[in-house]
Amino acid sequence: MARGSVLLSVPEMMEWGLRGPAVPRRRALRLRVLSIVLFLGAWSLAAGIVQAAGLFNPIFLPGPWLVLGKVLAMAVQGELWAHVGATLGRVAIGFSTGAALALLLGLPAGHVRAVRNLVEPVVELLRPIPPLAVLPLFIVWIGIGESAKAGFITYATFFPMFLTTVHAVRQIDPLLIRAAQSLGARPRQLFFRVILPAALPEILTGLRLGVALSFFVIVISEFIAAEQGLGFLINDGRSFFLVPQMLGAAVLLGVLGYAGNALVRLVERRVARWQQAV
Amino acid sequence: MKIQVQRVSKSFTADGRRTPALVDIDLDVADRELICLLGPSGCGKSTLLNIVAGFLEPTSGTILVDGRPVTGPGADRGVVFQEYVLFPWLTVQGNVEFGLTLKGVPADERRRIARRYLELVGLVQHAQKFPVQLSGGMKQRVAIARALANAPSIILMDEPFGALDAQTREILQEELGRIQRVEHKTILFVTHSIREAVYLADRVVVMTSAPGRIKQIFAIKLPETRDRFAPEFTQYESEITRVVKEEVAKVHE
Ligand SMILES: Nc1ncnc2c1ncn2[C@@H]1O[C@H](COP(=O)(O)OP(=O)(O)OP(=O)(O)O)[C@@H](O)[C@H]1O
Ligand SMILES: [Mg+2]
Repeated sequence: MARGSVLLSVPEMMEWGLRGPAVPRRRALRLRVLSIVLFLGAWSLAAGIVQAAGLFNPIFLPGPWLVLGKVLAMAVQGELWAHVGATLGRVAIGFSTGAALALLLGLPAGHVRAVRNLVEPVVELLRPIPPLAVLPLFIVWIGIGESAKAGFITYATFFPMFLTTVHAVRQIDPLLIRAAQSLGARPRQLFFRVILPAALPEILTGLRLGVALSFFVIVISEFIAAEQGLGFLINDGRSFFLVPQMLGAAVLLGVLGYAGNALVRLVERRVARWQQAV
Repeated sequence: MKIQVQRVSKSFTADGRRTPALVDIDLDVADRELICLLGPSGCGKSTLLNIVAGFLEPTSGTILVDGRPVTGPGADRGVVFQEYVLFPWLTVQGNVEFGLTLKGVPADERRRIARRYLELVGLVQHAQKFPVQLSGGMKQRVAIARALANAPSIILMDEPFGALDAQTREILQEELGRIQRVEHKTILFVTHSIREAVYLADRVVVMTSAPGRIKQIFAIKLPETRDRFAPEFTQYESEITRVVKEEVAKVHE
């Protein structure tokens, strides 16, 4: 096969699927771009066919250019930024509170059995309740203000981040702890110089989960009670059949979620340099 | 006496049943002495080492180090594990400096000390690598350098070369022998290899099959630099082999 071709032989393709991009960087990038281009192409084609054949009212499936146009228009008029800002602000506050609580409780719970026995039963009791089931409760308790929406994100993201943190600490090789102790580590040093760095990679995986979940749940609380935010834009669009606005807001949510994920990955790559140093 | 093991017994409770692992171990280790522990698998060698390290508490009896009872792990007793336990998030140098960092030794002095011990184990050019980038033998050399850099007076080694190939193993034995002639540590060294024991030890302690007791102690009266093919060497080897075999046979009865 010609070098640089975007098509891969089957075994290469399988390896890519299994292990991530084992293909050279540039070819991987080209494939990734191609994937997006193909998707947009298919979307345009579907929208075009609907319009040409008059299958159903074309306002239900606008092509990507219409969606992009709508987003750009809202951006130029300035109303978009208030919505993006509102959503981002709620996610930032809700997520960081959730992450702080998860670390504050999860690290000691992973390390000290007594703390674990104290905290874990309550978590295990509450965790199976789908977070959405308690959203109305949040609104009843703290009203439809900003704190309800941020608090709801905190509530929903706390559980997975707490559990990954506890697990991250518990799976630390006990020999690492013994090695540090026989080098003279006191409890405080043990915590900051061994337990924290040893647990960090898995904790960061948990944080990425939390970021994704934040965007997942913020939309729903913005559906129910908000005058601003990307979730509001979607719900507002629904009432007036403004499909480009709905899709535009959805795409933006996707982009923000992706960026949040990339941000944590960046941190991961910095702090877990040793893992990639193969 | 550097280490005094006084009537130490240890039982483990599993499934509600107490099983003795060590019974009435008495052993005095002199300063700068290198003791090798031999015995059938499961006879309690690691248990004894872990008690001296302070990781386990004996069921009865006491361990004195420099006359003071051991109450937990401490920087005076360095440990080298069979499993090449390094801190994977630190470089080779960071690992060797770890104990010094805990003590608050300034950075330039840490670097100087780390360099000295990396030289001793022949790894200076790998100082900036991470443990994942090293072979098993290199990892174990880092672990030895890390233990030495912390300047403990005692080093406890549990089958440190157990998982290495025969050649690397002999090289590291020679390295340890050479280091010991410079550093003069008190070393408790667990092994399954009789050759290794005769090559390294001042005294070889042979334990009985479980529950472990001390069966016999051999003082190895050979020159500091040892020749594995000398007749005296092979003499010790076969003598100790005979005693160890009796105990191993009991395990399989
Ligand atoms: N934490 C533990 N809980 C219960 N039993 C244990 C524990 N640690 C060791 N034992 C038991 O104590 C006995 C001695 O174990 P130990 O690991 O000290 O043997 P060993 O001489 O080091 O063996 P090997 O040569 O195979 O390493 C064994 O019967 C083992 O099953
Ligand atoms: Mg053992």
